[in-house]
Amino acid sequence: MTAVPVLRLTGITKTFGTTIANDAISIDLAPGEVLALLGENGAGKTTLMSILFGHYTPDAGTVEVDGVQLPPGKPRAAIRAGVGMVHQHFSLADNLTVLENVMTGTESLWQLKSSTGAARAKLLSIAERFGLKVDPDARVGDLSVGEQQRVEILKALYNDARILILDEPTAVLTNIEAETLFATLRVMAQSGLSLIFISHKLNEVMAAADRVVVLRGGKVVAERLTGATSKAELAELMVGRRVARPVREAAVPGPVLLQASNLDVGRRLSSINFEVRAGETLGIIGVSGNGQTTLGHLVSGLVQHSAGELQLFGEAMDRTSVRAMIEAGIGRVPEDRNAEGVIGDMAIWENAVLERLWQFSRNGLVDRGAARAFAGEIIDGFDVRGGAPDSRTRLLSGGNMQKLILGRNLQNRPRILVAAQPTRGLDEGAIAAVHTRILDARRAGTGVLLISEDLDEVISLADRIQAIVKGRLSPPVPAEQADARLLGLMMAGDWPQDGKIAHAH
Amino acid sequence: MELLEIFASAGIWGAVLRIATPLIFGTLGALICERAGVLNLGIEGIMTFGAMIGWLTVYNGGDLWMGLVAAAAFGALFGLLHASMTVTLGLSQHVTGLGITLFASSLSYFIFRLVVPLASSPPTIEPFQPLVIPYLSDLPFLGDALFNQTAPTYLAIAIAAIAAYVLFRTPLGLAVRMTGENPHGAEAQGVNPIAVRFGAVMVGSALMGVGGAFLTLSAFNSFFPTMVQGRGWVCIALVVFASWRPGRALLGALLFALFDAYQLRLQAVLGKAVPYQLFLMVPYLLSIFALIVMARRARVPKALMQPYRRGER
Repeated sequence: MTAVPVLRLTGITKTFGTTIANDAISIDLAPGEVLALLGENGAGKTTLMSILFGHYTPDAGTVEVDGVQLPPGKPRAAIRAGVGMVHQHFSLADNLTVLENVMTGTESLWQLKSSTGAARAKLLSIAERFGLKVDPDARVGDLSVGEQQRVEILKALYNDARILILDEPTAVLTNIEAETLFATLRVMAQSGLSLIFISHKLNEVMAAADRVVVLRGGKVVAERLTGATSKAELAELMVGRRVARPVREAAVPGPVLLQASNLDVGRRLSSINFEVRAGETLGIIGVSGNGQTTLGHLVSGLVQHSAGELQLFGEAMDRTSVRAMIEAGIGRVPEDRNAEGVIGDMAIWENAVLERLWQFSRNGLVDRGAARAFAGEIIDGFDVRGGAPDSRTRLLSGGNMQKLILGRNLQNRPRILVAAQPTRGLDEGAIAAVHTRILDARRAGTGVLLISEDLDEVISLADRIQAIVKGRLSPPVPAEQADARLLGLMMAGDWPQDGKIAHAH
Repeated sequence: MELLEIFASAGIWGAVLRIATPLIFGTLGALICERAGVLNLGIEGIMTFGAMIGWLTVYNGGDLWMGLVAAAAFGALFGLLHASMTVTLGLSQHVTGLGITLFASSLSYFIFRLVVPLASSPPTIEPFQPLVIPYLSDLPFLGDALFNQTAPTYLAIAIAAIAAYVLFRTPLGLAVRMTGENPHGAEAQGVNPIAVRFGAVMVGSALMGVGGAFLTLSAFNSFFPTMVQGRGWVCIALVVFASWRPGRALLGALLFALFDAYQLRLQAVLGKAVPYQLFLMVPYLLSIFALIVMARRARVPKALMQPYRRGER
C-alpha cells in the first residue's frame, strides 16, 4: 500500500470474560478501496467493527482516521470523523419515515425547529448521486428489506461518511438485491469512498472486494488481493483446514412419496406439479418471495391447498395439519430458524421435543428424563456445539441451531425431509455439515424436498431441479443438465409452458 | 327531548373542559413517557401525590402556582425513581409502575395525616378562580361554554400543542420518538437513549403531578386520598386511543369528559327511574368501545416496555 491510509487500526485487542474476541488486530484501508473482512461466525469481525465505530471500548489498540486518533467508545466521534456503519440488524425505526430515520441525531437536540426542507434536499441529492432511489416520506416499516438497507446506507452517507462499514450486508437480501447492492458499492468506491464489508460468503468477497483480510479466532491470519487468490484458498484460510462440501453420488430413486398435481394455495401457488421420491432430492430454486415460503408451509401442514391434489404415500390428503404431517414422518427445516425453528429463550431439550411433545408425554406430564435424553442424543449425534440439554437455545450459533433442528428431525429417520433455505446465513464449516446430513438422509432412503435460492447448493445437492417463479413451478430438469446459466433462465421464468426445457437452451 | 337538551346548555361544555383538564395533563404525561419507550403505570399514584403536595403547599401559605410547581417537581422526582428502576436497572416497567402507584398513594395519605389532623370535614384552600378574558368571556353561550375556565385548563391545552410541536417538529422530539422505536438505532446515530428516556419519563411524570394538583387547586378545594379515582388508568387507555399523538390525546380526553359530564346530567334527568351507578359506568363503557375502534389501527412505539442495554441486541 503506497497511498496514505484513510483508516488505520493498530493492535486492537478486546476480551469478553475469558474469550479473546480480537487479538492484536491491525488493518489499513486505502482511499477508494473495497476491503472485505472475511471470517466464520465468531471470528471477531463484528466485534472489531463495533470497536471501530465506538460501540465497544477496546482493551488495547488505537483507531486512526486520516492519521487522527479517535477517542474509544464514542459513536458520535466516529460519525463526525466520517465513519458510517450499516448494521446487520438495521438500526431503523419502522414507524418513522425515511427522512426522520436519516435525520435523527444530525441536528442539535435543543434546536427549536428541525430543518426538514434542507434535509430532504440533501437526502435526495445523495440518493441521486449514488443511484439509491428512495421516497423520503415512506414509512420505513412499509419498505422491503432491500430498500431498508438502502435507507441504512443513505443514513451513513447523509452523515458525510467517507468510510462505510457494512456488517454482513447480504445476510438478509435476496440474490438480486445483493447484486444491486454490490453495484452500488462499486459506484461509491469510484467516487472516492472507502468501504469495508464483513462477510463469510466467498462468492461475494471474490466478486466485490479489492482486498481481503481473513480473520480466524480473533486474529488476522492472512491478507490477499482478490486478484491473487482463489475461493479454495480463502475457504481454507478462513476455516483453518480444508473444507470441502460433500459431493452427491447418483441417486437410487424409490417409490413416489409425495406428489402434488395441479395444486393451488390461494393465489400464492398456482397449479403446481411436483413429486418427491424416496432416496432422491428434489431441488426448488427461486428468488425469495416467489412462493417458496408457502410451498414449505404447505408440506409442513401449516397451510391448506385450495385446489388440486396432494398425495402422501399414495393417499390423497384433503386436509393437513402440522401434527398429521409429523406423525406421517415428515421432517421439517423451516426457512427462518429463529422465527419458526426454535424458541430462543427455551432450553435445548424443550426445543428438541416441542414439535412431538405427545411422544414425550406420560399421564399428561412431560417426561423430562426422556426428553433430555433425546436432546442429548441429538447433541452428540449431530455435533451441536456450545450447549447442553438445559442451556438456552438462544446461546447457540446459527450453525449449531440448524444442526439441532436437523437433528430432531433426522434422529427418527423421517420418510420425507423438507429443508427450506437450510444454510441461509451459515458459515462454510456449518454449510458442509448441513449438506452432509442431508445427503446422509437421502442415502438412507428419505425423500428430500430442498427449497433454496442458493444456486451452488441446489446444483450440488439436488437430483432434479424445478424453478419457482411467481407461485408457479417449472417442469423438472435433471441435475446433470443443469448449470448456472440454465437455472438462471428458469428462475427468470423462461420455460415453455408445456414441454421439457432441458434441451431448449 | 330532554336527553338531547342537555347538550344545548352552556354548562355542560364548561364542565367538559373542567373534567378534561386533569386527563389532558395525565394523558400527555403518559404519552411522552411511552414515546420514549417507557410505560409509566405510576401515573395513578403520581397524580394522587401531586394533588396532595399541591394542596399542602397552598395550605401552608404558598401561592397557587407554587402549588402546581411543587406538584410538577415531585412528579419529576417519582419519574426519576421510575426511570432509575426501569432504564438503569432494566426492571419490569409494569411492576415498577404499579409499585410506584401504591407507594406514592400511601405516602400521600401518610404525609397528609402527619400535617392535617383528623377532622369531620377536611380543611380547604382558596382555589383557582375562572380567568376572565376580555370580550371572549362575555360572549353569549360561548363565553360560558368555553371561556369560563381557570388558568390551568388553558395551560393544559397549550401544553398539548407544545407537545405536538416538540415531538414532530424538533430534533429533540425526533430523538425521543427514535428512542421509543429503536434505542439501538438512536445510539448508532449519536443519540443517548438512556438520557432521553430519563428526560422523557421525568417531564411526563411532572405533567402527571400537575394533572393531580388540578383536582385540589381548581376542581375542588380540599384533598382526600381517593380523589384521583382511576383517572390515571383512564389516561393510560387514552394514550392508546390517541395512537400516541398529542392532538388526539386532547381530543380523547375531551371526548371522555363529554361522556362523563353527560352522565352526570343524565343522573339528574333520569335519576329517579334508573340507579345512578349505572350512569357512572357509561364513560368507561364508551371508552372501551372507542378504544376497540381506534386501537386496532394504532402503531405502538416498537421499543415500548423493552429495557435498553448497551451493546446488547
